[in-house]
Amino acid sequence: MPAALEVDHLTKRFGRTPALDNVSAAIDAGAAVLLLGPNGAGKTTLLRCAATLLKPSRGRVRIAGLDPVTDGAAARRRLAVLGHESFLYADLTAAENLAFYARLYRVTDAVARVETLLDRLGLRGWAHRPVRTLSRGLVQRCAVARVLLHDPSLLLLDEPFTGLDADARALLCSVLREAHAHGTAVLMSTHELALGTALCQRALILAGGRLVWDGPVGPGDADRLDGELRRLSGRVAA
Amino acid sequence: MFAILWKDLRIELRTKETFAAFLLLGLLTLVVLSFAFDPTSALREAAAPGVLWVAVIFAGTLGMNRSLLREREADCLQGLLLAPVDRGSIYLAKTAGNLLVMAAAQVVLVPIFVFFFNLPLWLTIARLTPVILLGLLGFAAIGTMFAAVSLRTRAREVMLPLLVLPLAAPLIIAGIQASAALMAGNDLSAVAHWLNLLAAFDAVFLVVGWLAFEYVMEE
Amino acid sequence: MTASNLTDRLLPPATITALLGALYLIFIGVPADAVQGPVQRIFYVHMAMWLATFSAFGLVGLASLLYLWRRSPRWDNLGRASAELGLLFCSLGLATGCIWARPIWGTWWTWDPRLTLTLILWMIYAAYLLLRALATEPTQGATLAAILGVSGVVDLYLINRAVYWWRGIHPAVIVNREGGSGLNDPLMRVTLLVSMLAFFLLFLWLLRLRLRTARLQDAVDDLRAQLAGV
Repeated sequence: MPAALEVDHLTKRFGRTPALDNVSAAIDAGAAVLLLGPNGAGKTTLLRCAATLLKPSRGRVRIAGLDPVTDGAAARRRLAVLGHESFLYADLTAAENLAFYARLYRVTDAVARVETLLDRLGLRGWAHRPVRTLSRGLVQRCAVARVLLHDPSLLLLDEPFTGLDADARALLCSVLREAHAHGTAVLMSTHELALGTALCQRALILAGGRLVWDGPVGPGDADRLDGELRRLSGRVAA
Repeated sequence: MFAILWKDLRIELRTKETFAAFLLLGLLTLVVLSFAFDPTSALREAAAPGVLWVAVIFAGTLGMNRSLLREREADCLQGLLLAPVDRGSIYLAKTAGNLLVMAAAQVVLVPIFVFFFNLPLWLTIARLTPVILLGLLGFAAIGTMFAAVSLRTRAREVMLPLLVLPLAAPLIIAGIQASAALMAGNDLSAVAHWLNLLAAFDAVFLVVGWLAFEYVMEE
Repeated sequence: MTASNLTDRLLPPATITALLGALYLIFIGVPADAVQGPVQRIFYVHMAMWLATFSAFGLVGLASLLYLWRRSPRWDNLGRASAELGLLFCSLGLATGCIWARPIWGTWWTWDPRLTLTLILWMIYAAYLLLRALATEPTQGATLAAILGVSGVVDLYLINRAVYWWRGIHPAVIVNREGGSGLNDPLMRVTLLVSMLAFFLLFLWLLRLRLRTARLQDAVDDLRAQLAGV
């Protein structure tokens, strides 16, 4: 089974400054990996390259063995991104948004799938109200539903826990665990080390655009990683 | 592609934002330009086709940004780009959306124009329809693409008229000339060359937009 | 000696010679036009501007297409340099046109098809450079400008047709700038050719200089980035 995500000597420059410098890593199918690093280390850039939104200046990206340059549509069908923004249209209802994305991703049995997800994420009561009228927590849940619609091989998350209350966080964690159990690979960037280490078994640390650490982590490693990150931040700032 | 178009139309039907923008801006332009011409002078009639097209272009230029700006809320554009959708299809869907909304606005504007300038109602509408449709198609094609281009600059919406108007010169000239000739009573064959020019312009910019949208969207 | 060096050595003297020759011919060698008087001399310069402007435009289009295809900064630089020079020569063309028009027709501006076309071209050039300047990020700016460049060239034929048809209907100002009627004297024709050649060489020379400046600027930026990185 091909790796869910492969980055090979990935370099990305904006103008002349390299945001990512020769990063190589592979994430196996079904693995859950934490992406860490001080601010400005290139985490978001890496996630965006993996999401095929950015074209690498040098190096390659492979999604489930597919090359986004030649097989863009096929590659994008296998991945899903959950970022700061919800990607939901404010004037459409939750149900309409999901139906739209289901069509874009050619989800088979779309109607049933949308219904299942609405129930799973507790959105039943709000499904037919415009997204504009929903609270942030509900919007986030809808975004999660959107992300799971097409059963992606790779789930990319950029600071997914920001601005969520305890309930929402718990829901997101359980959904992520389910997805992981289901075989979806996860690459998550977050500052919530406790949650991150509980969900993931491996961590990549970026600093100044370079990959400086790649190894296994477990629930007890939160403090150690925190210290490591502080050290890196200090060095970068100096 | 149709999914996107359908989505855009549904949002539009619900909010009517863009339609209102096109309609009101066009109306405003018609009124202001009417002030420029003494209602009794013959100059007014001669200027009529020009006035109509200025209203269409002006409203179009300002209004076409809306459809793309809407995608900026909640970063929906990224959502679209992440989906397994061909970039060219996004462009065509947006262009079609713009075209339909502009056409809908024209359905209201043209009769008002006819009233303001004291022209025979059904005759004018019948004569002008082909020219207006061809013109709107080309304008939507070039405008949608350059709206995307201008949104990627620091000057945002302001860039759009600067970019589009010189390039759309053939469209503007052909549109006004053909309209003038048709309103003066000539039949379609007399303006065939203008219509051909419009059609060529439409074809060229639809193709350019479809091919280039990919480049506009990337980073 | 490489081709590039050879060009560098030959171009400046060739240009200067041609320009001097042209100036001599224009002001001294050629007789004054019987009908239009001494003002007609500006025509030789004016026509020469045309050649440079359109060559530049063609280059912008070509460079834009190549940039979109190959993404090499070299094409981007060529596009920018051509656009800048194109804008310059276009402005001079418009200016000399106006200066000529005033005494001859009594107006500063006419909607002569060629003048209108030049004006639209000028606006496209200006938009191209403005787009570059206002882009949020240099590579993005290059891509967007390239799209505009290609659009402009592709549109050129249509603009041409439209403008000529427009002015063709109204017999208002009859312009025969072709010079076909005025240049019966072979010396006048020679002067025109020399003048066009001279300004074209000037255009090429300035283009080379501009490209060299751009390359050096790129090299400086690279060094700066390297120093900052380490």
